Amino acid sequence: MTPTDTIVALASPSGAGAIAVIRVSGTDALKICNSVFKSIHGKDLMRQKSHTIHLGHIMDANKTLDQVLVSLFKGPHSYTGENVVEISCHGSPYIQQQIIQLLLRKGCRMAEAGEFTLRAFLNGKLDLSQAEAVADLISSENEASHQIAMQQMRGGFSNEIKLLRDELLNFASLIELELDFAEEDVEFADRSKFKELLNRIEEVLKRLLDSFAVGNVIKNGIPVAIVGEPNVGKSTLLNALLNEERAIVSEIAGTTRDAIEDELTIGGIGFRFIDTAGIRVTSDVVENIGIKKTFEKIGQAQVVLFLHSAEEFKNAEINLKSLQTEVGKIASKHPDKPLVILVNKIDILNKKERESLEQLLSHVEGSDFEIISAKTKEGIDNLKNRLLKFVNTGALRNNETIVTNTRHYDALLKALDEVQKVQFGMDNSIPGDLLAIDIRQALFHFGEITGEITSDDLLGNIFANFCIGK
Amino acid sequence: MFEEVYDVIVVGGGHAGAEAAAAAANMGSKTLLATMNLQTIGQMSCNPAMGGIAKGQIVREIDALGGYSGIITDKSAIQFKMLNKSKGPAMWSPRAQNDRMRFAEEWRLALESTPNVDFYQEMISGLLIEGNTVKGVRTSLGIDIKGKSVVLTNGTFLNGLIHIGNKQFGGGRAGEKAATGITEQLTDLGFESGRMKTGTPPRVDGRSLDYSKMIVQPGDVHPEKFSYLDTPILSQQRDCFMTHTSEMVHDVLRTGFDRSPMFNGRIKSIGPRYCPSIEDKINRFADKSSHQLFVEPEGWDTVEVYVNGFSTSLPEDIQFKALRSVVGFEKVKFFRPGYAIEYDYFPPTQLKHTLETKLLNNLYFAGQINGTTGYEEAASQGLMAGINAHLKINDRDSFILKRDEAYIGVLIDDLITKGTEEPYRMFTSRAEYRTLLRQDNADLRLTPMSHAIGLATDERLRRMEEKRKKSDAFIKFFKQTSVSPESINPILEEVDSALVKQSDKMFKVFSRPKVTMDHMMQLEAVSNFVNENNLGQEEMEQAEIQVKYAGYIQKEKSNADKLHRLENVKIPDNFDYSILKSLSFEAREKLQSIRPITISQASRISGVSPSDISVLLVYMGR
Repeated sequence: MTPTDTIVALASPSGAGAIAVIRVSGTDALKICNSVFKSIHGKDLMRQKSHTIHLGHIMDANKTLDQVLVSLFKGPHSYTGENVVEISCHGSPYIQQQIIQLLLRKGCRMAEAGEFTLRAFLNGKLDLSQAEAVADLISSENEASHQIAMQQMRGGFSNEIKLLRDELLNFASLIELELDFAEEDVEFADRSKFKELLNRIEEVLKRLLDSFAVGNVIKNGIPVAIVGEPNVGKSTLLNALLNEERAIVSEIAGTTRDAIEDELTIGGIGFRFIDTAGIRVTSDVVENIGIKKTFEKIGQAQVVLFLHSAEEFKNAEINLKSLQTEVGKIASKHPDKPLVILVNKIDILNKKERESLEQLLSHVEGSDFEIISAKTKEGIDNLKNRLLKFVNTGALRNNETIVTNTRHYDALLKALDEVQKVQFGMDNSIPGDLLAIDIRQALFHFGEITGEITSDDLLGNIFANFCIGK
Repeated sequence: MFEEVYDVIVVGGGHAGAEAAAAAANMGSKTLLATMNLQTIGQMSCNPAMGGIAKGQIVREIDALGGYSGIITDKSAIQFKMLNKSKGPAMWSPRAQNDRMRFAEEWRLALESTPNVDFYQEMISGLLIEGNTVKGVRTSLGIDIKGKSVVLTNGTFLNGLIHIGNKQFGGGRAGEKAATGITEQLTDLGFESGRMKTGTPPRVDGRSLDYSKMIVQPGDVHPEKFSYLDTPILSQQRDCFMTHTSEMVHDVLRTGFDRSPMFNGRIKSIGPRYCPSIEDKINRFADKSSHQLFVEPEGWDTVEVYVNGFSTSLPEDIQFKALRSVVGFEKVKFFRPGYAIEYDYFPPTQLKHTLETKLLNNLYFAGQINGTTGYEEAASQGLMAGINAHLKINDRDSFILKRDEAYIGVLIDDLITKGTEEPYRMFTSRAEYRTLLRQDNADLRLTPMSHAIGLATDERLRRMEEKRKKSDAFIKFFKQTSVSPESINPILEEVDSALVKQSDKMFKVFSRPKVTMDHMMQLEAVSNFVNENNLGQEEMEQAEIQVKYAGYIQKEKSNADKLHRLENVKIPDNFDYSILKSLSFEAREKLQSIRPITISQASRISGVSPSDISVLLVYMGR
């Protein structure tokens, strides 16, 4: 077999690293990569020699995704024996996903588990004696990817997909019913029903696509609420993270009355920081309005940073209790929200005080902690890494159905494309047998997520629901 | 009595047997058609009609390949309809009502005038076998007839058991004996067999019906036909009629349920879901207060009438009483009651793509013995078995149609790859590439292939080539000729399509949804081209389809090409799947028993996953 389509996948281990390698293989590997690559020297990749490396940017239209190094290997002198391009990009999962998605949109297909190796073998790049090893690899990788997929199908994803597929199958059956059983004494659904069903399918597909976690980040950034008493240094922290003087910094407690938002990219992931007033009850009317707003913002955020000043912990015994109470207050309202206690201004503590503070914080239930100095930037990197870890471990997912697997995303995207073709066809009175071509294609893409679909499903569905047969 | 060794012995003279004998003989094989009753060659056991959705396409394919079914249908038709004309061209499906007696007579005459066909009437009760190869047949009188290959087309006759109410008796069709011996011999040799069930409605006396109470169902105003050759087009047609059952009819039927072999467990085997008996319909769809009945004449002259939609195995008194409460049937007289029949079949996964059995060399199965239903399905298998039997004994390459080449290819691939639990009928939805498998292009698809193996005649090929040449030229004309806004806009306005601002290629305008050939013919350049090149209706229609549906056809073609890549990866005959530990257990078992010949076929076996296919590819890839 000589597969000619072009496949893409991450070649380096998944997760955040210093750099990541995205491998593209297939007839159009060079062409597709060239279409998204802008060399800093204005080079055309199509004209470059094999086994060369080029510096440039991956561009999504006018938007720069990342600065990358691109290595060209022209077939047959490549790992797979086909044209291969390896893109070395920065290591954040966000950037990896951005680039991979761009390549998918440009005509690549997500590689199956072990497919690069399989192609290498088929093109004679591996020895026959390695066949069994390759086969084992493929089956074990499939198993692993299946397990991962199952894990990723949280929050009702698999249910939602199943329902959606049933809807599509239902639609396809109604169309097939008109075709194969036109002579039968059955009532055919009218066109407005079809359109309704299609619109519903389209809507769900769009919602699922929108839910794609990284996609969410691209659009909005991950909301992070910074909560703390007045004058514990929220604005300074924000400035430290933002690296610029944005929020109003003042020594007077309660300066930050309105929630201020700012965006910051850490390791390629967008974060939206929401600076809030504290939550301690005061008699100041303005402050109280601020507190109410704070809780609203906590509700919208996916991570809560609970900021304290090291000064507060001079009397450890008392403050452990009140800290636990306050953490409890937030946790009882938002039990699944990651909460990090940040103790700022540790530059004012000596070594011994610092140790006892850490000891103390490790006893607070329902939260993690991080000690920092926004002023000296100490601990800021640790904080950044902790935020990234939330993204990578998926701790930020909320309860709504979310698509997290690129392969699923790819399949849904293609399914949506087909569904939209069917809608267009309906609007233009295209006959059912031609609409069915696109519907089958959509069902095929669903099959890529849920398993195979055969025409037997359609017929079974028809026979179960309609009285067929003269 | 039989000195010579036949090349091909065909057992059975139904649609499968008759096509098998004709194909083998036309290719040059000395052929014997052995059947229990030479009076029933080409008998339509059930409804007097050929074609229909997906089935009509099959008849066109049989004709394009050089089989007889299309010609015989045309010669004996009493009504013609092109079904689904309002849908896309892939759905247009020809169907004919036939004169049952004329149909059988035409088959008999056609076979008698085919050189190389001998006939013999007797029950074949066994096969002659040497080693793993069939060597002929043995009759019930103990006569041995030697043959290089044997095609079994036993229909519903193998241990056929007829049910009417509580009564049951052996028989292959009403009034005909069942056949015994073959199933027993084959199962002893290791074949797996099963039982299936089908049914047929009562036949009644047309003189006893009041047609004035029914809805007339005429044929098409401009009837077409099945054969690509010069067969007659109907100049007059007979009407069918439609009436309905009612709750009253259903109530009568229900009084017989306790004596229904369907419901009291007497019939154990599975019948087709899409051809249910009337009792099954009112039982399963209890909320439906009425079902359609089609009253179909059995011929030009006979008064016998077929009551389509009333298949039943209820006791005859219930059948009679129920039918008498149907509008228009108040005074009905029965010719014979409906009945159900159970019969032996051999799960078709035991066959190769050529329809040769995997266990015994040179033995072929075709028709209901493979678990199919329908004249068209049977005939096409007979044709393919006859062709391949002839090719094999002449040491020539087998003739296999792919899923994107013909419904016949879909049919056989489904049968041998997936098997079937219920009588298998073709539906267009079974074909992945139905936009390619149209009734209008069966000749373009198949006649050259059949001519190349020596079956389709030169005349068929010449006609096909002329059609292709003329329609291609017409398509080219549309691609190259421009049309001005002044000429085309009035037409576009008429069909409510966006007007053009400047001249555009006719092809592009013609591609628009509501623009038809009739519209295009209003353009002088087009009508001139048609006249100058003497284009007929068929060529014009062909061009129209290829222009209007070009995008869809192209899409299906490229999808089919993907299939071909896997189709080209062959699996060796004797491949040992047990050594592939990476395969799932289920896949290994299924592959071992079905023994697909290509990776593509393997991928269609249920239980074989994409990852199993990747593993197989690793081994077969080079």
